[in-house]
Amino acid sequence: MTTKQKDTIDRFLKGGMSRREMIERLGRMGIGAAAGAYILNQGMTEALAQEFNWKAHEGKTINLLLNKHPYADAMIANLENFKSLTGMNVTYDVFPEDVYFDKVAAALSSRSSQYDAFMTGAYQVWQYGPAGWVEDLNEYIQDSDQTAPNYAWDDMLEGIRKSTAWSGVPGAELGGEDSKQWALPWGFELNSISYNRRIFDQLKVEPAKDLPELVELAKKITDSDAGVYGIGVRGSRSWATIHPGYLSAFANYGAKDLTVQDGMLKAAMNSPEAKEMTALWVKMIQESGPKNWATYTWYQVGTDLGAGASAMIYDADILGYFMNGGDNKEAGNLAYSAFTPKPGAEAPTPNVWIWSLAMSTFGGQKDATWYFMQWASGTDHALFGARKMDFVNPVRQSVWKDEEFRSRIAKSYPGYIEQFEASSPGSKIYFTPQPLFQTVTTDWAAALQKMVANEIPVDEGLDELAGNIDRQLKAAGLG
Amino acid sequence: MAATTATQPTASPRKSRLGPALLPYLLSLPALLVCIGIIIPFFTAVWYSLQRYNLNLPYLRGFVWFQQYIDLFSDPSFWHTVQVSLLYTALTVILELLLGLGIALLLRRPSTLHNIMSIALLLPLMVAPAIASLMWKLMTHPDFGILSWLIQQVGITNFRWAAAPSSALFTVLLVDIWVYTPFMMILLLAGLRGLPKQPFEAAELDGVPASFVFFRITLPMLTPYIITAALFRMLDSIQQFDIIYAMTQGGPGDTLMVFQVMAYLDFFQNFNVGRSAAVLMVLWAIAYLLSNVFIKHWLRLRERARGAA
Repeated sequence: MTTKQKDTIDRFLKGGMSRREMIERLGRMGIGAAAGAYILNQGMTEALAQEFNWKAHEGKTINLLLNKHPYADAMIANLENFKSLTGMNVTYDVFPEDVYFDKVAAALSSRSSQYDAFMTGAYQVWQYGPAGWVEDLNEYIQDSDQTAPNYAWDDMLEGIRKSTAWSGVPGAELGGEDSKQWALPWGFELNSISYNRRIFDQLKVEPAKDLPELVELAKKITDSDAGVYGIGVRGSRSWATIHPGYLSAFANYGAKDLTVQDGMLKAAMNSPEAKEMTALWVKMIQESGPKNWATYTWYQVGTDLGAGASAMIYDADILGYFMNGGDNKEAGNLAYSAFTPKPGAEAPTPNVWIWSLAMSTFGGQKDATWYFMQWASGTDHALFGARKMDFVNPVRQSVWKDEEFRSRIAKSYPGYIEQFEASSPGSKIYFTPQPLFQTVTTDWAAALQKMVANEIPVDEGLDELAGNIDRQLKAAGLG
Repeated sequence: MAATTATQPTASPRKSRLGPALLPYLLSLPALLVCIGIIIPFFTAVWYSLQRYNLNLPYLRGFVWFQQYIDLFSDPSFWHTVQVSLLYTALTVILELLLGLGIALLLRRPSTLHNIMSIALLLPLMVAPAIASLMWKLMTHPDFGILSWLIQQVGITNFRWAAAPSSALFTVLLVDIWVYTPFMMILLLAGLRGLPKQPFEAAELDGVPASFVFFRITLPMLTPYIITAALFRMLDSIQQFDIIYAMTQGGPGDTLMVFQVMAYLDFFQNFNVGRSAAVLMVLWAIAYLLSNVFIKHWLRLRERARGAA
């Protein structure tokens, strides 16, 4: 950074000029918007360094395990700033999501010190925490010697922050009493309808208002001459099939996965509400889902929407966001709609997936790792990612208020913010936190596959599933 | 000088005695190391299978003797796994054997064309099974897969390949056959080309029908090769993981939940080390029993051949 550029950034950071004025000045110095953002972040980084001893672990190297994801891409794009701020080095391994969680499980279960920190979902820490594989981050967050004064932990959306904290007691409320902060929220997604406006206009249809209407609409589109199938949802034999659209609709119908009775867990996914909703879901897939639904992960669901093979998806909002840009065939044609599945229900209840950062218990340099984690989950990096990269949805309130971020999203992704603001009040994790999460949800996905294949009726399938889950909970001393 | 000559006779016999004594141990050392490398994980797995050991439920850990096995044997889904694994193994071995033998017979006479074809036919064996599965996943995609398009041309629509329980086994069998038939073919081709020529020349001179030559001369002489190839494929098929996991993850439902997929999911998804180890021990026992049957049959044939000679 030249002296002139530094002076400009310093003046902006001290409130001596507006953002627009700063960008114009940098432009006159021959610096484009993206480079300007990077330099601004560098300037902010230097400002940070004046308030807190970021150089305490200078010379150390930490190693990260990352999932191939736009959040990781945004972090890597800004990593030089962290290195210059702290004098630390960061190395990382990136794995595709198909194998990512197996890699995490292998590294942690073998007590390997190879990785200091890693990306995880909030659900996964229900397994990693009780196993003693991840650190409770409360002690770092509350330690003013180790945490920068402007870290602003309270700036994180409360529901999201609490969703990554748990006491370890099966069935206990997330973020409740004696909770440990197993991970730092990084970015999150909630579930809504993303649809192809071009196809909808061509067929003169509007987004559905509830699940019965969605089933009808999806069939109407499939049966039309548009040459696309109605709705994309996940179907592989995996926990990931349950958590997006299915659990969001399930929760909206008032159904629960498990109930807690006298401290013991009991399967509840065969309640009348659950059966009503699941029957509609199965019908929708049979009539209007992808032909090889049983192999569909988020990747196929998203790419079909982006390629114009499906008319809509009921999945993560950010999946619709990602597919509306880049080289996708339908980029610019996608629109978003908050969704309230139960007829007459007041508001959407999207289940939430939170990409988070966790610290391995087996890493050899925990304090240095914390420095990285607080930077990566800090406001400056979140702003950089939200403004210039695809670090969306941000977990910080201040980022959601940022004008530059909002105007970028409003311009390039019309309707996205409205969808988010309508969906978010009812959004949270609707699963019951417990260590057998993967077992329960994988068996659930297998049961759905049997129902969709007409191997078993919905009523019988859910009863059989609940019986099977109860047996496993009992064997684990949880039920 | 005198001292040197005096010590030489005493030193030399000592060296020569020590050398031969140590040599057997030194020579068997690599085998011993390999054995340790196999035995330690094996007995660790046996040890784990006798425990209730779930990584994320550490408070439950304890020695339960054979309870894991009792639980497994009383679980209907386990018997489904046994059934699917054995069916998969039987079908892959039989189909690959028949196809491999057929191709080997077609290529048995050495010629430039046959040599080129036998090399070309080996190519699928060079592809990692997981990669082959991804290729087949694309080829069987209902919207743009070449195989889906081809079967649509003959009037079969809506065929869902690995996504439907009724066709999932057929689909993964196709992939397995595509990858591993060349293995059978190359072993049997080597066997065919190595058979003595005299019996065939004598049969030709006597004008013996081709079917008689095949069933009474070729097949009996080729049997040791067939048993060896089938044994290798049987051991591989009963432990099948990559193709099935990459194509279906054991689904749809539990349709293709074979031993290795079950053990893998028990460990990596459910963190249930004890159950995963018990599943693998049962798999080991089945593989051991089947191998014994094959090897005894092979030894019996060899004895019979020696007796005949």
